[in-house]
Amino acid sequence: MEKFTTLSSIATPLDRANVDTDAIIPKQFLKSIKRSGFGPNLFDEWRYLDHGEVGIDNSKRPINTDFVLNKPQYRDSKILLARTNFGCGSSREHAPWALEDYGFRAIIAPSFADIFYNNCFKNGILPIVQDNETMDELFTTGTEISIDLDLQTINYDGNTRSFEVDPERKRRLLQGLDDISLTLQYKDDIKSFEEKYLKKHPWL
Amino acid sequence: MPKTLYDKLMSAHIVREQGSTVLLYIDRQLIHEVTSPQAFDGLSMSNRKPWRLSSNIAVPDHNVPTTDRSSGVNSISDPVSRLQVETLDKNCKDFGINEIPMNDIRQGIVHVIGPEQGVTLPGMSIVCGDSHTSTHGALGALAFGIGTSEVEHVLATGCLWQSRSKNLKIEVNGKLKTNVSAKDLALYIIGQIGTAGGTGYAIEFAGNCIQELSVEGRMTLCNMAIEAGARVGMIAVDDKTIDYVDGRPFAPKGNDWDEAVKYWKTLSSDDGAYFDKSFSFNAKDISPQVTWGTSPEMVIDINGRIPDPDNEQDPIKAESIKNALEYIQLEANTAINTVAIDKVFIGSCTNSRIEDLRVAAKVAKGKHIADNIKLALVVPGSGLIKKQAEDEGLDKIFTGAGFEWREAGCSMCLAMNADKLEPGERCASTSNRNFEGRQGQGSFTHLVSPAIAAASAIAGQFSEV
Repeated sequence: MEKFTTLSSIATPLDRANVDTDAIIPKQFLKSIKRSGFGPNLFDEWRYLDHGEVGIDNSKRPINTDFVLNKPQYRDSKILLARTNFGCGSSREHAPWALEDYGFRAIIAPSFADIFYNNCFKNGILPIVQDNETMDELFTTGTEISIDLDLQTINYDGNTRSFEVDPERKRRLLQGLDDISLTLQYKDDIKSFEEKYLKKHPWL
Repeated sequence: MPKTLYDKLMSAHIVREQGSTVLLYIDRQLIHEVTSPQAFDGLSMSNRKPWRLSSNIAVPDHNVPTTDRSSGVNSISDPVSRLQVETLDKNCKDFGINEIPMNDIRQGIVHVIGPEQGVTLPGMSIVCGDSHTSTHGALGALAFGIGTSEVEHVLATGCLWQSRSKNLKIEVNGKLKTNVSAKDLALYIIGQIGTAGGTGYAIEFAGNCIQELSVEGRMTLCNMAIEAGARVGMIAVDDKTIDYVDGRPFAPKGNDWDEAVKYWKTLSSDDGAYFDKSFSFNAKDISPQVTWGTSPEMVIDINGRIPDPDNEQDPIKAESIKNALEYIQLEANTAINTVAIDKVFIGSCTNSRIEDLRVAAKVAKGKHIADNIKLALVVPGSGLIKKQAEDEGLDKIFTGAGFEWREAGCSMCLAMNADKLEPGERCASTSNRNFEGRQGQGSFTHLVSPAIAAASAIAGQFSEV
């Protein structure tokens, strides 16, 4: 996993509430058995005017010029702004894979769905919660935003706002640590728990 | 200190605590073809093996055809779908994981076959790379959906890092009206608390109305906890739960059974246990429900009218209503029972169990689907449910009424196989999500109960029974 320390970028304002993971990456792209390559199909049904399928050349498809991701000023954006309950619905990790593959490393919204929020941290994406008032400012100013994970701050337009993040998740993101090898450090703990647990619940 | 059911189940599985996160021991992982290939791939690349083989069980469900399957995997015409099912078969073989393959009579939707086979047991911690894993909480299990990285983590370590959820109690008392089902109850609750109402919480459903529900009805309700934002939906163990589990293929036998039952009977919230938030509803207030928009919270009574964004105070909500109506091509203030439909889908992990099929068949019996209905699909949740329905003659009732009777799978709930809506088609569906494009790009989904789906197929528009 790629480390996350600081990030500065123009933010893409996706002014919608309840953006679900079906919208982030439609189901036909879930048939891939790979982990990469989902970026061109991020928000597929909003981004293109035709129907997307696996294997077609996305560069030849008609794009929806009204959709915010297609505006030239946001082309190199690494930060996405959204409204409440971002990432609701299906648990598909293809959603953060698509966001990451497209180039987003941080999402700022008033609230996130739980599974999606978890999945972001596994993929080097930092989800940041800000209150509605700050979100309104971010949506209206549309400027460059700087994020510092270590300090837990975002800076825009001369303003500084702080954000919350679980310390363990922060540590893993800052160092780009692999969860499984970390957990396997506690192999003996797991084994001794398992032994007692299965003795107590012999039917399992 | 008195504990909630959720706290009891969490405590029983904690290997280690680290700040606000805990390392949770996982009793059971259910695996399907869509969210597992990258997890197995990761395992191979790191040269790791599954921690405890017997805790895993796999089944293909999302991509399988519901039509003729006599040529096995080759019956899947879409090569990309076929590869995904073949990849699951291969991974299970290579890693030694127990798989119920596509043409096994026990095959079906992962959340249907878990309880049906006794693979889901009360008190277990259960995960699956699928958000509707909350279904299994109906049996007093701690069950929730996870992402693919976590699927790999559970395979490799038998455990998962979790932060504790808060406790939310939803109490429903009183008697449900005739033709009001667990599905209507679920949709009504989501309409009341919103799709983010349960975010950060584990929901426990309680009250005498919940106790009166069959175990299958409880599964329908817990299945939709995630549509209220909660990863976990659960119901305390009672005699109905234990009777349901008794005799299932993977259920404990003999002495083990007695020991298990003794433990399972402790699986309810203690009197006076603390809930961070509570809601209380009266069953008699609930009518059959229909969603009108593109989020499960956009729901009204079958005899209700579509809301008007001009009457909404909150500008973000008003914008959402406007966006939804624009997408779904309906006008504000329209009576939903005047809206015509094109297709009907009865199935999914929400409503494909034998009771659902019996209810729908009762409504359809001796009648015929309306002329404007292009397709009415009935897709049982498992091969065994299909067989039982056929033994009861339900298939004949459905086909006699013009419905198609299919093989088990996820089917048109998310349209990863060939069962999908065309752009502009409107569907009365017993599934769980009405998001834009969920059942096919540019199509319109309205969530309903099996009874309303069948009645609407007969009427050609949304209709009461």
